[in-house]
Amino acid sequence: MTELQQSVVASETGEPQTQAESGPPPHERILRVIIPLVMLGGLIALWAWYVKAYNVPHYILPGPDLVAQAMVRDWGVLGPALLVTLTITFEALAIALVGGVLIAILFASSRWVEIALSPYMVILQVTPIIAIAPLILIYTSTTQQALLICAWIVAFFPVLSNTTQGLKSTDHNLLNLYELYGASRWQTLFLLKLPAALPYFLTGLRIAGGLALIAAVVAEFAAGSAGAGSGLAFRLLESQYRLNIPRLFAALILLCATGVAIFGATSLLSHLLLRRWHESAIRREN
Amino acid sequence: MPVSSAISIAPQAVPGRPIVRLEHVSKTFSNGTVALKDMSLSIGEGEFVSLLGPSGCGKSTALRIIAGLGEATTGRVDWPTMAHDAAGKVEREIGFVFQEPTLMPWATVFKNVWLPLRLAGISKQAARARVMEALDMVGLASFADAYPRELSGGMKMRVSIARALVTRPRVLLMDEPFAALDEITRQKLNDDLLRLWAQFGWTVVFVTHSVFESVYLSTRIVVMAPRPGRVIDEIAVVAPSPRDLAFRTSPEYSELTRRTSQSLHSALGANDHL
Repeated sequence: MTELQQSVVASETGEPQTQAESGPPPHERILRVIIPLVMLGGLIALWAWYVKAYNVPHYILPGPDLVAQAMVRDWGVLGPALLVTLTITFEALAIALVGGVLIAILFASSRWVEIALSPYMVILQVTPIIAIAPLILIYTSTTQQALLICAWIVAFFPVLSNTTQGLKSTDHNLLNLYELYGASRWQTLFLLKLPAALPYFLTGLRIAGGLALIAAVVAEFAAGSAGAGSGLAFRLLESQYRLNIPRLFAALILLCATGVAIFGATSLLSHLLLRRWHESAIRREN
Repeated sequence: MPVSSAISIAPQAVPGRPIVRLEHVSKTFSNGTVALKDMSLSIGEGEFVSLLGPSGCGKSTALRIIAGLGEATTGRVDWPTMAHDAAGKVEREIGFVFQEPTLMPWATVFKNVWLPLRLAGISKQAARARVMEALDMVGLASFADAYPRELSGGMKMRVSIARALVTRPRVLLMDEPFAALDEITRQKLNDDLLRLWAQFGWTVVFVTHSVFESVYLSTRIVVMAPRPGRVIDEIAVVAPSPRDLAFRTSPEYSELTRRTSQSLHSALGANDHL
């Protein structure tokens, strides 16, 4: 729109417009990247200095150089393990998203279904996954299945509860409006309730992404599986038994990086989907 | 409570043939509150009727019943001139404007206005001309691709009005649409509404708690009182058109607001707390 139009409308309605997102000034953007990088570099330097200055044995705390070496040298072991963990995490997350949203829709459309089922959802959520894992291991034929189920149970609940909340929080006037224009159930669901629940769902997704990874690791600890199909958790334990602490650190860093990447990806997705319209994505000047 | 003797309840002659008729409509909520008691009202084609009263007088309830949002507990609403579908349900040709703009924040202005047509199965392409026409009526054609949050309160309300107009309704129902706006914006929108009404000749039912607004806009004011919600007076506003600044500062206007205010106050006994 032209400036003229803008000023005409602003003066006619007596209110200034909310400025559409324009982002922070350039120097702030650069600082936002540089400051965390400098901080990271500083911490690594401190770590290297501490190990060297106090002569810490490498089987207690290896220096960053040793860890980097282990990462490169052991990539043949760690890479496939990372892939296994990632596969379980994302499969579990995908099933949790689909299942969580579908059950949320069911809950939001029938109060009785919710009353009947929600206690079990809560039980599933509050019972520590590490306590159920042995049982799941007995009931499933392969370890992979067991890990998948564990990760799914943990990731599923935040998606379900957030999406249910979102579906129930639809603006009442908008519901009336849809009713007025004779909208069908499906139209109301797809055009109104699901978009309205999107911010809630995305919050659930961000929590679930992190939890799916944690559960995949925890379940693998409980399973204690070995062999070709093992994930990062097993490699971690294995490194500990063998006192191969540099490799343990390398595995740990891979897990951290995975977690951060998942968080970053879900946050980015959330930002991209909400930036045009949701309050949470609006930048205010004052 | 008795109505002050200075004011007679004089139902006015209805200009056009009645387009909607409320017959002894009452509404009792499930908690026992009598929101509306025995309301009868006939609204003629082309009229601009205001339902005026304090909160709790049932004016919004009446409007929602007219719109078909919530059934009357007793009594009936007739649409003598509108078609009925196979099931005998009336196909109301109405537009509804809520107190809040009630826009979908995730959709552009265009998509918000398209909604009523979209729900009726009209594609974006087929609806484009009508949506743009409706936006043009409220002066927002250049904002079709903006999101609601980029608009001011007054502009959001215009979008809401455009959405109500896009189906080319015969009756426009408005539930305190400008109550949340500042005085200047409200006056501007009042003028716009009058201009559109004169141009298209819809029937308007307008809920308000502002005496000044109701006198400025209406051809007829239905004064309502609370506990239980009921009609206590009807005032015909015979005034020149177009109504403009001159009308708003005329002795006629102040006389009408005085009479309307009096009628409203007579409805509120000493025991009524607003």
